[in-house]
Order: sequence, then C-alpha cells, then structure tokens
Amino acid sequence: MSECLIPTLTSNEVVASKSVLPAGWKADLRNLKALDLTQPVMELLRRTTSRLPQDVIDALVKGRAAETEGSRAFNTLNDMVENILLADGNVTPLCQDTGTVIFFVHHPYGLSQRALKQQIREAVAQATKNVWLRPNCVEALSGKNSGNNMDPFHEGHPVIHFEEWDRPEIEIAVMLKGGGCENVGAQYRLPDASIGAGRDLKGVRKCIIDAVVKAQGQGCSPGILGVAIGGDRVTSYEKSKEVILRKLGTKNPNPAMDAFEKELTNDLNTLGIGPMGYGGNTTILGVLVEEMFRHPASFYVSISYMCWSSRRRVMTIGSTGEVSFD
Amino acid sequence: MIRLTTPITEVQIRQLKVGDEVLLNGRVVLSRDIGHKFMKEQKPEWLKPILENMVIYHCGPVVRKNPDGTWTFVAAGPTTSIREEPYQADVIETYKVRGVIGKGGMGKKTSEGLQKTGAVYLHATGGAGSLLAERVKRVVDVKMLEEFGSPEAFWIIEVEDFPLVVTMDSHGGSLHEIVAQQSQERAKALMG
Repeated sequence: MSECLIPTLTSNEVVASKSVLPAGWKADLRNLKALDLTQPVMELLRRTTSRLPQDVIDALVKGRAAETEGSRAFNTLNDMVENILLADGNVTPLCQDTGTVIFFVHHPYGLSQRALKQQIREAVAQATKNVWLRPNCVEALSGKNSGNNMDPFHEGHPVIHFEEWDRPEIEIAVMLKGGGCENVGAQYRLPDASIGAGRDLKGVRKCIIDAVVKAQGQGCSPGILGVAIGGDRVTSYEKSKEVILRKLGTKNPNPAMDAFEKELTNDLNTLGIGPMGYGGNTTILGVLVEEMFRHPASFYVSISYMCWSSRRRVMTIGSTGEVSFD
Repeated sequence: MIRLTTPITEVQIRQLKVGDEVLLNGRVVLSRDIGHKFMKEQKPEWLKPILENMVIYHCGPVVRKNPDGTWTFVAAGPTTSIREEPYQADVIETYKVRGVIGKGGMGKKTSEGLQKTGAVYLHATGGAGSLLAERVKRVVDVKMLEEFGSPEAFWIIEVEDFPLVVTMDSHGGSLHEIVAQQSQERAKALMG
C-alpha cells in the first residue's frame, strides 16, 4: 500500500514567501541597544516546528532503504516521510508535542541579554498563539497550564543559553525537544557495576547501548543520541543536548571519536528495535559525542535521546544585518 | 493491511494478532491522563454509549477553532500510553472498549484487561502529528473541554484510514515484549 515517497520539501522561495518577516528585513547591528529580534525569532520557530532539517530527512530515507519494502519498519519510515511533507506543505507542527523550547544564543559585545530574553519570550508566546507551538509549560505539582509556554516565576521556560563571542554576528539556534524522548534520556556514573562499565571508552559504549535498549521505541525511534563524557551533572546533560545541533553525517573533529560514533551507530542498528520499536534495522540515525573535562572523582556519561523528528534550526544575523536560516 | 471500522465486535478483535497492520475508520474518542483518572474513579454513565465497542486514542492534539465555531485538528499524534496503566484495564472493562491507540505499549495489567474483555492495543507512529491529523476527517463533538482543557478533553472524531499496528492482542501477545527480549540478548553480545 505504501508507495515509496521521495521527500522534496517546498522551495526556499515558497518558505520565504510565507515568512512573518517583511521582505528584505535587516537588523541594524550598529545600534544593538535598539535591536528587536522578536519577529526573526518567530520566523525561526515557524520554520523549526514545520520543517525538518535536510540531514535528518536524508538519514530517515537511508534508513527506509535498509528495510525490506512493505515491512512494518519500511511502512513506518514511509509514514514519517509523508508526515514531513505534510507539515512542510501546510506549515503546521510536525508533531503535536512541540517540546521544551531550548535556545542557544551567541552574540557580540554590547547586546543586552535581558532585552533579548524578553524578545525571545514574546516570540514564543506569539508562536503559541499562532498554533505553531502547543502550550507545554505546566506547574509541576498542580499540572496547571500557563497557556502561553511561559514559566511566569522562575523563567525556566523557554530555556535560553547565552554566550558572548568576539564576532559581529548574532546566532540563535533553537531545538524543540519532545517529552517522550526527554523521558528516556539517562545519566551514568562510572564505574557502573550493574552494567560492567569502567572508566574508559568501552565503559561509555556500554552505557550508550544500555540506554538505547532501555528506551526501546519509547523515545520515538529511530532516534539521535547526544552524548557528553565528563563535566558535572548539569554541564554534562547540557552538553549532551547541545551536540544534537550538529548535522548528521558531519565528522566529529576528534578522529578517534568520529570512528567511535560510526561504529556505535552501526552496532546499535543491529539491536533490532527498529522504528517505533516495531522491530527493524533502523534504531538510531546517528550518535554525536563530545568529551569534556571532569572532576577526578566524577565520571559522568550523559545521554540525551532526540526523537526522529529532530526539530532544530539556526538563524544567523550577519555582520551587515541580513537574516539567514540553516 | 486490515481495514476496520468502529464500532468493532469482539469477534473481529479476537482475530487480530500482534504485528497486524490496520487501517482504522469511523469514530474514535480521545482521552489521556485526566480523562482516565476520571473514568476509573467516577465511572460516568453518560460515557457508556459513547465508548461501547469503540476505540480510545491517547492523544493531546493541537486544535484550531474555526471562525464558524467548528474545530480542526492541526497535529494529532499519539502520546506515551504507559501513564494510563493504572486505569486502562478498568476503563476497558467498565466501558467495553475494543481498542486503545497510543505509543510505547502498555503493561501486564492492561494486557490482562485486553484478554478478559476482548480488546487490542493499537500502536500509532509517534511524531506523525501532521499525517494523523490529516486522517481526521471531522471533529464530531467534544466533552469536558472546559473542565479538562483542550489537550485532555474527550474529543470525538471521525478518522479515515488511520494507520496502526497491533502491538498487544487479546491473546496475551505483545510485540513490545518480543522486541525487548531480542534486543536485550543482542545487547549482551555487543557489550561482551
């Protein structure tokens, strides 16, 4: 029943024609104090919620080719491709769980983080009103929904990481991370006798295999694994999310780690968990690892599981003020 | 591929086996966390005719209200089902539900409920929010919208060729158990 769909997304021209930004919009980076990025951030969210990155689509198509035509795994991957085309064409959310909204901002000296934070929060509230994001921020104990994705007291949502750099551009990356995949993330403390993992790369490998087997299809496999080795409990988990921004199919700058990622991806795809845990050859689309420094007494391995609908996008405001999305 | 239309009979359900791919048509009722707690604890009578021989869908949709007062589902993929484990078997028995749609599978208590009443667990593709919303042809009604809020309300919808996989059948079979066991064995070899 499933014809093999070729995923061709709408052209950049069509996407631009639906933009909330007026044509030719430019930022004036000479006057950072007056800068207002509310609209560009809204546009970033619109594209991120409805349009999957090309490298993720390519990985899903490659996975489908590794399955027997007509099998459950094949049909499921084909449904995923059809979903990608529909969301892109209709400019609707790829998934009803539009996730925790996580921003990574790099900015030049002189930009007010406080002002930009307000603009980002306004953009998220507007995007929620436009039904690009589901209201996903509820009070922990009562479950009461704030309705606009804002954590009103502690400003814990949306999550925003700021970093000043010595370049003139502004870069804002966003990731929409669903609850199902967030729930199957894991942090290990090595050595871990329960899985026989020591403080070396072989031990790290055991942690990752263990986490994927425990996750089964629950994180909406085939997933993407972000892995941080080292750090403290907080920085380690943070890094494991940030690495998911790296494009699939790009090389890890550390050759030993690059080889580790490739071998592990192949091995994990022999586990037989498959798309949604129905069985099959496509369990993981990629493993992205980064090594950090750590306290001599602590050795953490943190694993963030990203679902197949890995919604991430980077907006850059170049030195002359023009906006681009990647 | 098996085509099923709600309401579904027990005989039809008993024929389904783990691994079967199903295209579902007809009415489906959405319910998740608050709804399940409510059904188990309060057992409201008015839900009986709505749920008998019907299918429950674990889903908190993104819904748009149209200017003419009707509703459109914008994104409507499944949510993780295991959260309803404490309630599901009772709900199935009380309301004679024939199927539960969700993702991730459910536990032993639900499996026993499926066997006893004659029902199946139908797995939908997680993350396929747009595709599944496209297969929702009509929003028929919504109950408890004010009380529970939009993601938790009982939305009654009509679906067409809703793509599903039977991952738990009415004979105690579970695809989740089979895949878990096989992958655990393979993991042991990989960790070696």
